[in-house]
Amino acid sequence: MKQILTLLCLAIFASVPMWLTDPYLLNALITTGVFIIGAMSLNLLLGFTGQLSLGHIAFFGIGAYVSALTSLGFDVPIYGDFHIVHVPWPPIVGFVLAIVISGLCGYLVGRLSFSVRGAYFVIVTISFAEVVRLVALNWVELTQGPLALTNIPSLTVGLPGLGYLVLKTKLQNYYLVLAVAAISYVLISRLVHSHYGRAMRGLMENETLAVAVGIDVTKTLTLAAVISAGIAGAAGSLYAHYIRIIDPDVFAFISTVTMVIMVVSGGKGSLAGPVVGGVIFGLLPVFLRPIMPPEAQWITYGVVLIVILFVMPRGIVPSLAAKLGLARAGGTRRASIAVSERTAEERA
Amino acid sequence: MAETVLSIEHVAVHFGGLVAISDMNFHVSKGEIVSLIGPNGAGKTTAFNVMTGFLTPTKGAVKYCGADLKGKKPHEIADLGLIRTFQRTSVFPNDTVYDNVLMGLHRQGKVGLVEAILGLPRARASEKAQRERAAELVRWIGLEARANDLAGSLSYGEQRLVGVALALAAQPKMLLLDEPVSGMNASETHTFVQLIRNIRDRGVTILLVEHDMPMVMSVSDRIVVLNYGRIIAEGPPETIRNDPAVIEAYLGQGAKQIVKQEAAHA
Repeated sequence: MKQILTLLCLAIFASVPMWLTDPYLLNALITTGVFIIGAMSLNLLLGFTGQLSLGHIAFFGIGAYVSALTSLGFDVPIYGDFHIVHVPWPPIVGFVLAIVISGLCGYLVGRLSFSVRGAYFVIVTISFAEVVRLVALNWVELTQGPLALTNIPSLTVGLPGLGYLVLKTKLQNYYLVLAVAAISYVLISRLVHSHYGRAMRGLMENETLAVAVGIDVTKTLTLAAVISAGIAGAAGSLYAHYIRIIDPDVFAFISTVTMVIMVVSGGKGSLAGPVVGGVIFGLLPVFLRPIMPPEAQWITYGVVLIVILFVMPRGIVPSLAAKLGLARAGGTRRASIAVSERTAEERA
Repeated sequence: MAETVLSIEHVAVHFGGLVAISDMNFHVSKGEIVSLIGPNGAGKTTAFNVMTGFLTPTKGAVKYCGADLKGKKPHEIADLGLIRTFQRTSVFPNDTVYDNVLMGLHRQGKVGLVEAILGLPRARASEKAQRERAAELVRWIGLEARANDLAGSLSYGEQRLVGVALALAAQPKMLLLDEPVSGMNASETHTFVQLIRNIRDRGVTILLVEHDMPMVMSVSDRIVVLNYGRIIAEGPPETIRNDPAVIEAYLGQGAKQIVKQEAAHA
């Protein structure tokens, strides 16, 4: 049932460019899609391990810069006559490197801060994002600072001997983002339904007990941080190659807040949550823009958020699922183990 | 004599100036049911925390199957098959009973990350095996009817059973139960005693901390009595029942006199 719903959503998303030709709206959908990927990665940490990363945009931004710099090349003086010179590589290599390096940063931040959790983790992640932003702003030789990295090449896909395709148009980028989003969704879904995911949930609910049955806290949480950061890095790379210009503003704190809003309103700990929340809060500004002045847009944005959380405190997806009886944890519903096994398989 | 599974050797635990355990020395043999009793604050839970790596002893050593547990983290100790349950927080409240047991199965069938994500046959097979095993355990513990309910919504006694089921899921060689029947009524306690015996018959050595004296007396092969951080008596239930030091610890000095007088009269 759930799987059918997921496939149906995918089909709807895939059909969008066929009936929507307005380039402005398509553009909004692409950037929203990129942020939804970011929100999905944040959900892995926030929804499945309970750790709030308020510097999540750092991994996104690092992905964007790594990818851009890999495909643009750079020449950075280190000391005296010693320069580090990098000749441009194909953007697809940048995409892979973005995932790897963001994941590595996720590992470092995870290792450093999971020993001090809760509020400390929040502070460490905020600080990390701010430090990275300052580096991007001030290391002008590498990042051009506020002048921005421009002319970032579009992503190219293809195989040697079969020809290449430069993903320049909005249509191509839309499907690229959709594909990466779908892959990320499947990846996260597989992860949280494996015993790794159960370990994460266990730690979130009752850490002492989880440890007592042999769950390794540091390993589990670091794994979540690495995968989460890697996916955010992939989103950043897509963003850089689509927008084709990035400046230190990609590290803006407000972007993290947007992702948190997407996750919390859609339903943290629910796979579809960030997608639903992302579509609403990614497209809301687009639809509000023509009908009201900027101040009123932000007020409406806030009101919509408050109303959603007031009516559905657990987020849209879990609340709706509970109403429709799709929830795995109905509480009132009793069934035999055979039924629970079947639903478990549907979830997987 | 049966082989020793757990041995506590001259363990002392100090919290700053407070001596929680001064010198503890006992062992548990394979297949035994041993109870650790003592008045409140005697150091029972502290002892459990030391054995399972949640606390580091100030002095002494805990040996499990001959290996020193010094410096091992709780999850590493669990990996060796020494599993504990908790007094209060015994379940994952927001998951179903069935999922609780699945989480307890974490130690089994660990598959590689890539295999799990790609859904390779080995990962699927392992997942299927774990689900079957979880269903079997839920049945064994007698909670089939509650399998799909949130563990947090269960009654206290049922939560205790879930706690035991998920500890069993971790395939313990030795199980440490921290006050498993506190809050249970007489008939629940009776069923639980039977359950503990069944667990032992599956080859699991059991050490339990408990306040319910009738229960302790009926289930234990051997009892270790703690008071003020040291062991004041050790032996089979009959011996402990009549041990003057134990009576004094539980009932006070005066009681000892009365017991003596009664003995004299008798």
